[in-house]
Amino acid sequence: MQVFKKIGVGLAALLASLNVYADYSWNFPEPVTPMALDTLHVHNKFMIITAIIFFAVLAIMIYSIFAHRKSKGYKAVADKAPSTAVEIFWTLIPFAILLLIDFVIMGIPAYHSVVMMEDTRDQSNMVIKITGSQWRWQYEYLDGDAKGIKFVSNLVTTDDQLHNKAEKGEHYLLEVDNPLVLPVGEKVRILMTASDVLHNWWVPQFGSSRVAVPGFIRETWVQVEKAGTYRGQCKELCGKGHGYMPVVVNAVPMEEYKVWVAKKQEEQKAASEVKEMTKEDLVAQGKTVYEKNCAVCHQVTGAGLPPAFPALTGSKIATGPIFGADGKYLKDSHLDRLLNGKGVMPAWKATLNDTEIAAVITYERQALGNAATVDPIVQPTQVKAARE
Amino acid sequence: MSTTTVAHHEEHSDHPTGIIRWLTTTNHKDIGTMYLTFSLIMFLVGGSMILGIRAELFKPGLQLMNPDFFNQLIGVHALIMIFAALMPAATGFANWMIPLQIGAPDMALPRLNNWGFWLLPPSAILLTLPFTLALFGIGDGALATGWTFYPPLSVQGGIGVDFAIFAVHLLGISSVMGSINIIVTLFNMRAPGMTLMKMPMFAWGWLITAFLLVATIPVLAGAVTMLLTDRHFGTHFFDAAGGGDPIMFQHLFWFFGHPEVYILLLPVWGFIPQILQTFSRKPMYGYKAQVYSLWAIGALAVVVWAHHFFTAGMPVPALLYFMYSTMAISLPLAVLFFCWIKTMWKGSMTFETPMLFAVGWIILFGIGGLTGLVLADVAADAQYHNSYFVVAHFHYTLFAGGIMGIMAGVYYWLPKMTGHMYNEKLGKLHFWLTAISFNVTFIPQFFVGLAGMPRRIPDYALQFAEFNMISTIGAFILGLSQLLFVYNIISCARGGQKATDKVWEGAEGLEWTLPSPPPYHSFNEQPVIK
Repeated sequence: MQVFKKIGVGLAALLASLNVYADYSWNFPEPVTPMALDTLHVHNKFMIITAIIFFAVLAIMIYSIFAHRKSKGYKAVADKAPSTAVEIFWTLIPFAILLLIDFVIMGIPAYHSVVMMEDTRDQSNMVIKITGSQWRWQYEYLDGDAKGIKFVSNLVTTDDQLHNKAEKGEHYLLEVDNPLVLPVGEKVRILMTASDVLHNWWVPQFGSSRVAVPGFIRETWVQVEKAGTYRGQCKELCGKGHGYMPVVVNAVPMEEYKVWVAKKQEEQKAASEVKEMTKEDLVAQGKTVYEKNCAVCHQVTGAGLPPAFPALTGSKIATGPIFGADGKYLKDSHLDRLLNGKGVMPAWKATLNDTEIAAVITYERQALGNAATVDPIVQPTQVKAARE
Repeated sequence: MSTTTVAHHEEHSDHPTGIIRWLTTTNHKDIGTMYLTFSLIMFLVGGSMILGIRAELFKPGLQLMNPDFFNQLIGVHALIMIFAALMPAATGFANWMIPLQIGAPDMALPRLNNWGFWLLPPSAILLTLPFTLALFGIGDGALATGWTFYPPLSVQGGIGVDFAIFAVHLLGISSVMGSINIIVTLFNMRAPGMTLMKMPMFAWGWLITAFLLVATIPVLAGAVTMLLTDRHFGTHFFDAAGGGDPIMFQHLFWFFGHPEVYILLLPVWGFIPQILQTFSRKPMYGYKAQVYSLWAIGALAVVVWAHHFFTAGMPVPALLYFMYSTMAISLPLAVLFFCWIKTMWKGSMTFETPMLFAVGWIILFGIGGLTGLVLADVAADAQYHNSYFVVAHFHYTLFAGGIMGIMAGVYYWLPKMTGHMYNEKLGKLHFWLTAISFNVTFIPQFFVGLAGMPRRIPDYALQFAEFNMISTIGAFILGLSQLLFVYNIISCARGGQKATDKVWEGAEGLEWTLPSPPPYHSFNEQPVIK
């Protein structure tokens, strides 16, 4: 017994010490949408009911365990040969209790929650489209002033942090380069799809979670009622980068949102202008694009992770010809692979703009240990032409 | 049987020895032993895989493995635990105990029985081989999609997915054969006087399990075959670009997958009441109510599948239907819980290891059942779905409800099977270590799940760190304490205090009328039930 006491004291001390610096969260995080608030209520109510059932039954069991022991000399009292009516009566009591809980106490609020959750259109003020792809989210604004704004949101936690070579930041794994920006108080209808495999766009504080299915559109909605930055993650296993596609949403007041929209429209217009660039400029911009999008699989050095993810250094595609005699790009050439993808390699034409594609191709051909002599660089104009 | 065997009654016990005995045996006890041994080995294999995962999740950051290998481990862990540890354990008990409990000389289809077992080792090899091949640079390891094979990820995956598909085919064939054997045995070989409503509860649990297996395994086999043709032969069952639908796979998979939960649990719900009545020294309460409840659960099991993917998007009426039908399962389950506790009530209880496991099982499985009820709520499920809350929930049902139940059965019947008593002190120590460390492992997972940690991620945000650390510590104690279990079983098989025929003071039933261990061929003359 002495030993058990010591272990008990030790465990208690350990737990207490953890408590000092741990910011424990025992329940759902603070809800900021009507749906999350509703979900929290449903959850709390249900948890209390199940806890009552559990402890009531447990108490009966524990009483029995201590009272009806052979070691205490308790003699078994055979159940009276149960007249069928009595047996039915007794067994129907738990049945009736659960019937009430399932279909009345919990069933009715659950009905209202479902109807509310699925009502994506009533009084919705704006529509955005979210596309999941391995392993990033793409956001597109479909109406209003923001129409046409489209960007990709990538994880920015550094490789060194992942591999414990650098200290982990406050928002480790939950930080992105371009967060989704939404106005506070507006009901936003969300159309959801995916470009490769299933994903699930989830922000715990929003209470909405929906699977993104390639080839189909699914719907959900959010109405953020408090300004702030909210973080979540993909929660449908989508391959090796599943743990690395966070969702970050900035909810801002309407005026701020309008400013952001104007700025973003401007930026986007500038970026879509295509001009001739020097090799050095292309390589420099290509490095950024490469490390953000390609290095997950092909690695920062270009060594890849064969056999699933081939090396780019010395690759035939990354050093071979791109354009045929007629000036059109060849099938299975470097440009074709980037625009259209093949197998595990995703298609990038919808994600990257002309300049980014030209830059990253040039980077891959002139860096990572490569020095292609045939078609050494690709110009944004060529990419633009190739798309047409 | 031919008439000559009657004349040479004694010689009938002769059988080959060594490896040939085990390869060719058609004896239900031999086959049962092989199933149970196989299950124990695979339990350790699947368990060590998950310890690798828990070690990786001990703290944030990548320490031991890359994310791809992590994804392989989670899927193979689940497939092994479900198909190669839990199911064979239940089948092993069925082989050993059903003939003894119903007074039959053997299973009805002994050769089928032998084949059913010998399909298992090849499929276990198929499941684990891709790891080894990857070491030699062939393929890219085992399936990395989780055990659910969801396309398009599984269409994208490497050769490991094909291995897993064929392993599932073999395991499925084995299960269907085992089930047919049990159905035929129970319908044809009961001792005279044993009507269906006098069958032991374990036989009832297995009968319903067997029907569920025969009904649902072919659907799984069909679904994974469609996946195979999508992968290699250009079909588009699950590809929208060709007119298919990835979500259709989920419907097919869970049409099997949900009944599978009950397939794993019904045999346990069968023998736990028998253990309770033995150690409470009074007959089980509400036999009829229990049998009807088992049937009700079996029937509901095949009509609730879509609650596994509420968030995949469904029309409102479908959401409501699957929510309410899922909640309805709690009704017969409440009746079962009531009957189990009423069986203990005013008994004369003693707490040997099987009883400890049975009582602990009721409590922990109760947590699994109640959290399942909460999960049925569509709105709340949007939060729970694919979070660690779900992971904790199904480990309360499948580890506590499944494996700890099986452990109760092992301690209960081990003296009957081996003829020796196991070490009671070690058994009790094993129970307490298992029950406590199990809770240390999984209670924190409820909390990280609620706080927003998704399952199947190799690394996590800093806010989840403390709970994950506690969980990992629990998992290692849980894993290591299973070595006590293995040691206890082995030493019990080798020797120890002789067990009496009845073994337990309060034991009732035909299996306790035979010597311990029972002779190689039992019930050459059928007992008569009055």
